[in-house]
Amino acid sequence: MLKKFSYRDFPDKFGKFGNYGGRFVAETLMPLILDLEKKYNRYKKDKKFIKEFNHLSKSFIGRPSPLYFAENLTNHLGGAKIYFKRDELNHTGAHKINNCLGQILLAKRMNKKRIIAETGAGQHGLATATVCALFGLKCVIYMGAKDIKRQKPNVLKMKLLGADIVPVNSGSSTLKDAMNEALRDWVSNVNNTFYIIGTAAGPHPYPMMVRDFQSVIGKEVREQIFEYEKRLPNSLIACIGGGSNSLGLFHDFLDEDNIALYGIEAGGKGIKTGKHASSLLAGKPGVLHGNKTYILQNKHGQIKEAHSISAGLDYPGIGPEHSWLKDIGRVKYFSVKDNQAIEALKLCSRLEGIIPALEPSHALYFVTKFAPKQKKNHIIVMNLCGRGDKDLDAIAPLLNI
Amino acid sequence: MAYSNYNCRIEKTFRDLKSANKPALITFITAGDPNFNYSKQVLLNLPKAGADLIEIGVPFSDPMADGPIIQKSYRRALKNGVNLDEVLSLVKIFRKKNNYTPIVLMGYYNPFFQKGIKSFLKEAEKVGVDGVLIVDLPPENDDEIRKHLSDYKLKVIRLASPTTDRQRLTKILKISSGFLYYVSITGITGSGLSKFNTLKNAYNKLKRYSKIPIVVGFGINTPEKAKIVSKYADGVVVGSAIINELDKTIDKKSNINNNVIRLVKKFSEAIKEARK
Ligand SMILES: Cc1ncc(COP(=O)(O)O)c(C=O)c1O
Repeated sequence: MLKKFSYRDFPDKFGKFGNYGGRFVAETLMPLILDLEKKYNRYKKDKKFIKEFNHLSKSFIGRPSPLYFAENLTNHLGGAKIYFKRDELNHTGAHKINNCLGQILLAKRMNKKRIIAETGAGQHGLATATVCALFGLKCVIYMGAKDIKRQKPNVLKMKLLGADIVPVNSGSSTLKDAMNEALRDWVSNVNNTFYIIGTAAGPHPYPMMVRDFQSVIGKEVREQIFEYEKRLPNSLIACIGGGSNSLGLFHDFLDEDNIALYGIEAGGKGIKTGKHASSLLAGKPGVLHGNKTYILQNKHGQIKEAHSISAGLDYPGIGPEHSWLKDIGRVKYFSVKDNQAIEALKLCSRLEGIIPALEPSHALYFVTKFAPKQKKNHIIVMNLCGRGDKDLDAIAPLLNI
Repeated sequence: MAYSNYNCRIEKTFRDLKSANKPALITFITAGDPNFNYSKQVLLNLPKAGADLIEIGVPFSDPMADGPIIQKSYRRALKNGVNLDEVLSLVKIFRKKNNYTPIVLMGYYNPFFQKGIKSFLKEAEKVGVDGVLIVDLPPENDDEIRKHLSDYKLKVIRLASPTTDRQRLTKILKISSGFLYYVSITGITGSGLSKFNTLKNAYNKLKRYSKIPIVVGFGINTPEKAKIVSKYADGVVVGSAIINELDKTIDKKSNINNNVIRLVKKFSEAIKEARK
């Protein structure tokens, strides 16, 4: 019998999403990621593992996060009905902790005593430091020197939680460089260290594993929207850095072709200026950080620096599943600029009493342009994946208030 | 059989060294560091100083297996706009003067992938490259290059590391040619080797399974360490130590070529002593 095609059957056993993904790492790391894959495949079906994950999701993270009808924004824009998936209400203020919880439970079962992570906005670093405190594991966070400056509150929180922060000064001193440095640490400490990657990128099995741990977002939306509307949404919208919150929202709905999916990249100062982080819209396929995917690069294959006001989106690559979803057309991608994101952040704060992080503010700006063009019975769910506290210092000079 | 192909510079070099009971000195330099002309000059002088085989680093913006010394070296080269095409032209110049020292390009996959694997293999063979070692291209993922290999003489140099178990090693050796590169430590380039006994035991185990020569790289940063390891190893790779010398010399604005060559000579003398 021919099995029906499902987007959700990917990656294949080589970790490929079509041509993308795979495992492009040094030999020293190969045995480790093969072992990780084996352990993940085992524990994801393990009843005790699932039970512990679900229990802590509820009691520690605060899941399920609410689905909220943004009525004021809906009325203001005058088109589609807009819902927010409120992952900014999670403990630590973003979706990142869903993944960290899953990975640390795995690390514990693999007897690893030391956790490392890279972070851009500091949200993933914060979430990692938090679960490390919870489980009493040593925590080392690599963070670009530039990001340490623009995400001060998170740096302070991580330190308070007992993490060591290692400033990274190479390259553009942002997320990409922090990831290089974390990979170098991992290669040097293979025996006792578990690397918690913060987005759906890196070598297989990370893109799959991170997506799986985040897919709780979409699963909750499916149930919650039924309570409000007795039907599924028409469009799902999320911002994209490496792609974990968006895949978390989209994944459960990938096979429902009548649901439109929109991924919003950071347009920085505009794609034409070259100062942006839109790898899908302006990059081309290449290999970085363990996987084949769309990357911002020059014609000789050197990686370009990304630019975004949002530290969490300031990355020249993207998770491989998105590269595939772009090529086959299942998700449509757009880009939103720095100043547009700030505009949306201000609007949302005043209209809804919710201060979003800069990252989802990119998705929100797209919503403000998209919703008015839809019929009144069109339902949008946007992932409000982070709260804005961490950004206030950085954007204060731009707010004119 | 491994040592029988006389046309291949890599095999001939190891065969000749073996019959003379000498270990191979493999030196690493970055193409275009600190600029194209200097690296050309150093490259041309390396064989005279005692390099039996030369690894040329293809600069990459994000060298995730390299420590600060080689990171800096790649950055200098990239600032000068060095790309894979220029690396190939460097080899072309070298081959006009030297037709016996094997050249292996060492780098990360993306620059090769962007050039196009087929056109890279074709041009590399034409200019006289003997092998390529791609740090982030494990056997599980190398189909794009492997499917063309039968059309070219170029060898893909494989790596083994302390984390490689026996089952994996067998798989790696099956597809290896030229020589096997043993990464002596779990770490990045430029870290110092210290566990000499562990290394020796691991090396001797590897030797039992391998028909091709095995060289030891990473962590060999002094002539003394090179001497200890080359008592038993088929070859030692010296990278960061050379780049570090070059780095120091740039700041002092003294003669890069002289200083680097002097250091390589020291390594060469040290390993010649090893088996006496
Ligand atoms: C709040 C928030 N949203 C989004 C992102 C982007 O990552 P991803 O695309 O993996 O969700 C980050 C990353 O730091 C973040 O902190």
